Amino acid sequence: MPETAKKSELHAVPPIALRRRIVDHLMTAASVVTVILVLAPLFAIFAYLVYRGVGSINWAFLTQTPKPVGETGGGMANAVVGSALILAIASVIGVPLGIGAGIYLAEFGRNRFGDVIRFTADVLNGVPSIVIGIVAYAIVVLSQRHFSALAGGVALAIMMIPTITRTTEEMLLLVPQALREAAYGLGIPRWRTTLSITLRAATSGVITGIMLAFARVAGETAPLLFTAFGNQFWNLRINQPTAALSLQIFNYAISPYDEWHRQAWAGALVLIVLIVSAVAAVRVAVRRGTFGAA
Amino acid sequence: MADPALQRSDTPFSQPAETKLVSRAGPVPVVASFFARGKSGETADRIFKIIILLCGVAVLATLALIVYELVLRSGPSWRTFGLKFFAASEWDPVNEQFGALPFVYGTLVSSLLALFIAVPLSIGVAVFTTEMCPIPLRGPLSFFVELLAAIPSVVYGLWAIFVLVPILSNYAEPFLAKTLGWTGFFDGPPYGISMLAAGIILAIMIIPIISSITREVLMVVPRHQREAALALGATRWEMIRVGVLRNARAGIVGGIILGLGRALGETMAVTMVIGNRPEISKSLFAPGYTMASVLANEFSEATGDVYLSALIEIGLALFLVTIVVNALARLLVWTVTRGQPASTHA
Repeated sequence: MPETAKKSELHAVPPIALRRRIVDHLMTAASVVTVILVLAPLFAIFAYLVYRGVGSINWAFLTQTPKPVGETGGGMANAVVGSALILAIASVIGVPLGIGAGIYLAEFGRNRFGDVIRFTADVLNGVPSIVIGIVAYAIVVLSQRHFSALAGGVALAIMMIPTITRTTEEMLLLVPQALREAAYGLGIPRWRTTLSITLRAATSGVITGIMLAFARVAGETAPLLFTAFGNQFWNLRINQPTAALSLQIFNYAISPYDEWHRQAWAGALVLIVLIVSAVAAVRVAVRRGTFGAA
Repeated sequence: MADPALQRSDTPFSQPAETKLVSRAGPVPVVASFFARGKSGETADRIFKIIILLCGVAVLATLALIVYELVLRSGPSWRTFGLKFFAASEWDPVNEQFGALPFVYGTLVSSLLALFIAVPLSIGVAVFTTEMCPIPLRGPLSFFVELLAAIPSVVYGLWAIFVLVPILSNYAEPFLAKTLGWTGFFDGPPYGISMLAAGIILAIMIIPIISSITREVLMVVPRHQREAALALGATRWEMIRVGVLRNARAGIVGGIILGLGRALGETMAVTMVIGNRPEISKSLFAPGYTMASVLANEFSEATGDVYLSALIEIGLALFLVTIVVNALARLLVWTVTRGQPASTHA
């Protein structure tokens, strides 16, 4: 290619230059078109979601449990609470393990074993969510003998761990080595340095990682299909089948009833709003330094 | 006297400096005092390291557990059907005859179709954001594209059922049938619910992955490559083609394969629009079935050991394929962003 470029410069033949200029403009136009084609579905999805969702959300939707087929009204309140329960279980299991593994990789993992764990986390990140659902089924559901919120939580926790681990590691590595050395110089033990100084300095990054993981699993449906299973009624016990917003959206979307379709859209809007506001709330809290004060 | 440091922090010379600091800042006195025992926190450090190591090992153990459970529980199916499992195409739970070929076919075709649509679009977007777009637009543009990644799969499915599928069956599929029907790929009744719908929704879902990795890779191409091409009289597009894209090839391919990995394992959106019929058909208008979809639909209803383990064997196959695909992708991305792949093996 550099040769053609040189040649055309030497001879300066207008037709070739024109052709090249046209190609240049065509390719620019083509990439603008790709941007439009990619953004179009995004806006279409959000616009349609708001259009169908807002009309369907009402007080009953947010406070009642589902009504049987044929009756209008009812809502997904139990699914919202169920989702919160499952996500809470997932966070309780996944966040400490993920952060711990991240600390290991950053502070002790500059060796072969660390590389093995790093690679494992990356592999785990790519495992299809439905496969993780199978494993949670095999471990939790089969031993408990029924579907449960706990099983759903375990499945989602497994999905959270790799993201949290890798972001925690990255963020800890960004903390200047001098900070650690200063702490050691003051005679502070290593565990204390790591927890109160290194980790504290990286707090906002680590929390961003947690939120990434949270947002990723909050809308997951596949791993809950045969772990949390779904439920038409209220349930707050972790060893019972539990409704989840994403499951309810799925079940209603593939149903033949208009009333349920309407509720599926409302549920989808609620789900997205909850995910976005959870992420935003934590962002704001971190920025204000709520977690910062010693 | 479990914690001298806590109780006598007012007598500075009687205690080693570090225990004093511990007690002053300790958020939970009992825990802090436990850790502060010992002369210079050696015991505490050892315990801390063990706890942290256990967390690291837990990551390893999780993957091992996944492999163990999948291999163990797919045993009955493996012993009954052997390798024929992936070559046979009948799926008959009543007579316990299981062949996974239609699912493998559906997964491959829908994912490849998604790549076919998504690759040019993602590379176009990445090239536009890194090379052409006015700088103030760059941030918002990549934000919007990555927003696509934040939408849950089930919401994509919902949108696909009520918006994409009607568009396909009313406009796109009749049009394709008229213009390209002779190829045999666009044949049959335009129901909308089809392999084509699954491919399109998958494409929308993997575009943010491919384009964000492509963008990352394009940005690490050294500036002087671009300047050299421009200095030789290249137009902007020639500069992008010769100076940028050619240098970033391996990384872009890595991004594409990573997108493939996501497409292979994607479940919900595909299940909602692909039609869920275990048939192999040349036409993209025909319904199909994927490995992930059959798990989603039939796993909780599977009765009988062989049925269940046949499904788990499909899960195992899906797991192995995605691992290979992801490992390959990461290696390729690393070759561009972190120097030679040899250093990543160590």
